[in-house]
Amino acid sequence: MLTDRSKKTDKSDLSVVEKTYLPGVFKGMAITLKHFFMPKPTIRYPEQKRYLGPVFRGHHILKRDDQGRERCTACGLCAVACPAEAISMVAAERVKGEEHLYREEKYAAAYEINMLRCIFCGLCEEACPKQAIYLRHDKFVPVFTDRHDVIYGKDVLVEDMNNRYNRDAWTKEDMAKLWEKQNA
Amino acid sequence: MESVLLIKGIIILVIFALSLGIAAYETYFERVIAAYIQDRVGPDRAGPHGILQPLADAGKLFFKEDFVPVMADKWLFIIGPGIAMFTALMSSAVIPFGDTLKIGDLLVPIQGMDVNIGILWVFGVVAMGVYGMLIGGWASNNKYSLYGAIRAASQAISYEIALGLCLLAVILVTGSLSLREIATQQHGINWNVFYQPVGFILFFVCALAECNRTPFDLPETEAELVVGYMTEFGSMKMGLYMFAEYVNMFISSAIMASLYFGAYNYPGMDFVREFLISKLGDTTGHNLATLLGTAVFFLKIFMFIFTFMWIRWTLPRFKYEQLMKLGWQWMVPLAMVNLVVMAVATLSGKPLLVAWLGMGGFLLVYFTGRSMYEKRFN
Amino acid sequence: MEILKNIAMVEWVYYFFAALAISGALGTILSKKPMHSVIALIITFFSLSGIYVLLNAQFLAVVNIIVYAGAIMVLFLFVIMFLNLRQESNELSNTSMVVASTVSGLLLALMLVAVFRKAYIDPISPALFSSETGMIERLGNLLYTHYMLPFELVSVLFLVAISGAILIGKREKGGRHF
Repeated sequence: MLTDRSKKTDKSDLSVVEKTYLPGVFKGMAITLKHFFMPKPTIRYPEQKRYLGPVFRGHHILKRDDQGRERCTACGLCAVACPAEAISMVAAERVKGEEHLYREEKYAAAYEINMLRCIFCGLCEEACPKQAIYLRHDKFVPVFTDRHDVIYGKDVLVEDMNNRYNRDAWTKEDMAKLWEKQNA
Repeated sequence: MESVLLIKGIIILVIFALSLGIAAYETYFERVIAAYIQDRVGPDRAGPHGILQPLADAGKLFFKEDFVPVMADKWLFIIGPGIAMFTALMSSAVIPFGDTLKIGDLLVPIQGMDVNIGILWVFGVVAMGVYGMLIGGWASNNKYSLYGAIRAASQAISYEIALGLCLLAVILVTGSLSLREIATQQHGINWNVFYQPVGFILFFVCALAECNRTPFDLPETEAELVVGYMTEFGSMKMGLYMFAEYVNMFISSAIMASLYFGAYNYPGMDFVREFLISKLGDTTGHNLATLLGTAVFFLKIFMFIFTFMWIRWTLPRFKYEQLMKLGWQWMVPLAMVNLVVMAVATLSGKPLLVAWLGMGGFLLVYFTGRSMYEKRFN
Repeated sequence: MEILKNIAMVEWVYYFFAALAISGALGTILSKKPMHSVIALIITFFSLSGIYVLLNAQFLAVVNIIVYAGAIMVLFLFVIMFLNLRQESNELSNTSMVVASTVSGLLLALMLVAVFRKAYIDPISPALFSSETGMIERLGNLLYTHYMLPFELVSVLFLVAISGAILIGKREKGGRHF
């Protein structure tokens, strides 16, 4: 015996009363009635949302720094790290007068993620030397209804300075607090 | 005369609409109860708490393609679902939904028709119900449908015998075939179930089998027969079969409530009636008391429907040979014993005592004898 | 036309059922598929039940439906479904069949003629007619008083038949187990 959790089956013959099936039937019905009144664990999704925790990997985001400059330098490490080969980019050199837009001398002129290929593993996040790409913990990638919606370009990915993204909890205690807040 | 016909017509129309409406909402509650028993929440998207789900389902069924297989017997294929629905609705005609309504000087019973063979009418219509499945299943020209139809037929015939014997015991106690008479004799709390609990259980099991409900839903097993006689049906034809099943469930619940659970009678009904009449006057009080009785009747019906669904989502299906064994080797003999005990009890003058003593004595003797026999020879 | 106008509602219903019964009976012997024959026969039983109701014999009508239409015809259908008769056998080509059916048909006709000639029906006066006639209470009283002996004999016959059926249906030792 590998574990002590296995239940011994009672293989003795049924008694005469048990052979009428009635005791078994009533036992089963009692169990289902108990379940009938149990609270249901279902989360009714669009109305009710569940806190996903600080380490959930959802929608990608290309961060900007404090002055609103794009952090990405188009080094391509994320594309190399990506096991699904979902990321592609075109690098370009920063010209004079663009210092307020891009932090480094080289930047990504185009940055595309194919969301049909992406497996949300988060390896791009880990590979990035500039802390430019993150997977948001609070936002899902929405359902596509068209093939053209599948490839996310910079227009979708780059962070909006008016609505910056911050991870709101890193420790267990913070998370518990947030969970309380979301369920209030 | 004219006004009586008019009132009767209205009552029949209301009963008809009620049967269909309840059948429609049974589909919804079946899903909700299934969900709750399985710790889910069930349909909740259409309207508040999913209350419009039956309408959505019906709309979907109506707009599906109405399909007749090439090799099918076209006319029989079309009338099969029709017969199923027709027979299901017919039996509601004799159910006493309530006492009388006082309209002017007239006392109109809330019942489609009060024939003196009421319960036999139900039995006859139930016997016809199997034709819907048989004809539909055969006309589909599909072996799974045919198997389903054959299973339905043999199951219905087998369980009709035990059903008839249980009915006989009730008729014996009442001395009348009229369902209204059976209902009035169970005045107050003088319900038949207290006299013949075993008969009630047998009747309940037979009703499950006659309605093709789990654990006796062998004619429409999804896994082995691809829903049996319904395989080739689509659109509203399939809808009619499904609705017929739910109407049958409603009707058999109503019949069980009126045969064994006193129909519109409830304890303290005389007191309530007199109280209402003294407060509200003769006509209004009487009518209100009657409607209260009808409400109680529907409460009983819904309890039975809930039990049907509760059983469906609890018990697994029987094997066919187990079904036949249960029907012929257990139910029929037990129903016969029940009949004999009830006959003796009715003649003895103390029906309650003798019925319990007789049935209890028989079961005791049977079970002890059987277990002793098994201990000795095994 | 005068005659048609004078027919009462009940008689119209009677003629309707009669026509239905005859067409059902014709359908039974004329249709090619056995399944259709059985269904036509069921229609005949139904119209006969309707006629019973017109004769104020509700009990007989319902019992006719329960026993014949409800049980026996279901068994018929059952057997026919199992048989799956595909090839059409033209039985009338068989000479002995023709002879046998002619003889039995003639015998039946003779019997009917004899019955109709001998039979005497009491004229019923509408004033004395009790509406209870044909109701189940009357029927029960008659069966258990006047016709006691034949009734009990029939029940013994049924008992014997049931025992015989059980004996035939009983699985023999070493027989096939499902």
